[in-house]
Amino acid sequence: MINVTARYFAAFRERAGRDAEALTTSANTPAELYAELARRHGFADSMTRCKVAINDQLAAWDVRLSAGDEVLFFPPVAGG
Amino acid sequence: MSFTITPHAIDPEALKSVLEAAGAGACVTFEGWVRDHNDGAAVVALEYEAHSAIAEQEGAKIVREALERFAITTARCEHRVGKLAIGDCAVWVGVSSAHRGAAFDACRYIIDEVKQRVPIWKKEHYRSGESGWVNCATRVDAPENA
Repeated sequence: MINVTARYFAAFRERAGRDAEALTTSANTPAELYAELARRHGFADSMTRCKVAINDQLAAWDVRLSAGDEVLFFPPVAGG
Repeated sequence: MSFTITPHAIDPEALKSVLEAAGAGACVTFEGWVRDHNDGAAVVALEYEAHSAIAEQEGAKIVREALERFAITTARCEHRVGKLAIGDCAVWVGVSSAHRGAAFDACRYIIDEVKQRVPIWKKEHYRSGESGWVNCATRVDAPENA
């Protein structure tokens, strides 16, 4: 188990009712963490349409999480 | 900065001035405006949110790609965030080049990539009083485990 911080944006933030939370998780990757959080908060977006950043850099869904990481979850983008 | 996020009104004339170059024979600009409808619903206002640091990183990367792919002189893009009214300019793209073809192509490339890749989100406020995040399946008002 590791401790990480999850940060939520836009629809995810409103759905979760918070902009961030500290978590203790067995997830090894952002993909596993998203699956866990999607169940908990009712995020309905397929991961393939979302993006993730770790410590303020866009990241792949399958990289290994480290203790203390700040993991940012971005719902589908809609600029323009 | 070739790509910026701003909370202020976009000033197309000021942005365009950075495109000027003696070797440029063409300038193509695109403005995205807030319109009063989407998918059949009457829209009264829009709210844009961004992760500014990552948006500016990814946006600058898109502008660099445009400079590599097309024979252009300069390119610049700005996206506004915050609450916008109907008719407001939400995004501005400008490209200058020696000849027009490359400027049209690069301008199209930049706006298309920005819409797909840059962490910016759009919430529509409808005349009905409801609101919704565009492109997003996560419903804010849905009951838990519905």
